[in-house]
Amino acid sequence: MKARVLVRPKRGILDPQGQAVESSLRQLGFSVGEARIGRLVELEVEATDAVSAHADVERMCEQLLANPLIESYEIELAAQ
Amino acid sequence: MTRPQPRVGVLRFPGACDDRDALWALRALDADAVFVWHTETELPNLDAVVLPGGFSYGDYLRCGAIARFAPAMETVAAFAAEGGLVLGICNGFQILCESGLLPGVLRRNESLSFVCRDVPLRVERSDTPFTTRCTEGEQLLIPVKHGEGSWYADDDLYEELEARRQIVFRYSEPVNGSRADVAGVVNESGNVMGLMPHPEHAVDPLLGSADGALILSSLVESARARTLQAA
Repeated sequence: MKARVLVRPKRGILDPQGQAVESSLRQLGFSVGEARIGRLVELEVEATDAVSAHADVERMCEQLLANPLIESYEIELAAQ
Repeated sequence: MTRPQPRVGVLRFPGACDDRDALWALRALDADAVFVWHTETELPNLDAVVLPGGFSYGDYLRCGAIARFAPAMETVAAFAAEGGLVLGICNGFQILCESGLLPGVLRRNESLSFVCRDVPLRVERSDTPFTTRCTEGEQLLIPVKHGEGSWYADDDLYEELEARRQIVFRYSEPVNGSRADVAGVVNESGNVMGLMPHPEHAVDPLLGSADGALILSSLVESARARTLQAA
């Protein structure tokens, strides 16, 4: 089963990378609001069903993929 | 009678780069410093552990996030739980935060630029095993060199840390966007400390400052006192 994990800075946490990209986009003439930069992790998960796959990926996020002090995460599962 | 040399282990991760400086500085300050490879599961009868600076595991994912799972880190966590002295410098500080042995997290510098220069630091506490040779309020000059040294804790955590006096060093001027200019923190029981500046690069006036020796020799003395106590 394929999983996509989107890790992003939590709301209210300063994101200097996002700010730099935002101001560069403005310089290019785009009118954009707040840009936030996160990370996308694509995984192949071995699991019998979606529920246990989701639980596995959640544990991965808590233990390694995200730092809960500053990052939030979203999990998407796609059956193949 | 000769004074016993405390044995201090310098943990070596792949991608570390300040391990030899740390070993050299500790030896110059009268410690029996030895390297400990990251795959070790037993510490060779140590009185203290130093996690040196560098870019362990290429800083992949987040700084310190992968090193945290090195076999030696489990041993270090057990050593710390028993009250053993652990000092993390720069990447070592990041690893200790990721491991949960120290509070907070180190983030990308606010400027997004790598900072490499001598910075003035204020000593907030002189009653930790890492600062006995310092004076409270004293200013030290110690170099930093990091891209991800902006320490962060949310409001609740920061207030708790303030109340428990866990902030040990603060930058005397803005350096990286660190919350309340925090440069170094200690754990609640006072035996684990981390800081972004590099005391091992400032142990001789020839290097521009010898202020780092105050921190490392405090550690060596505290480790020695523990050896004598145990003997």
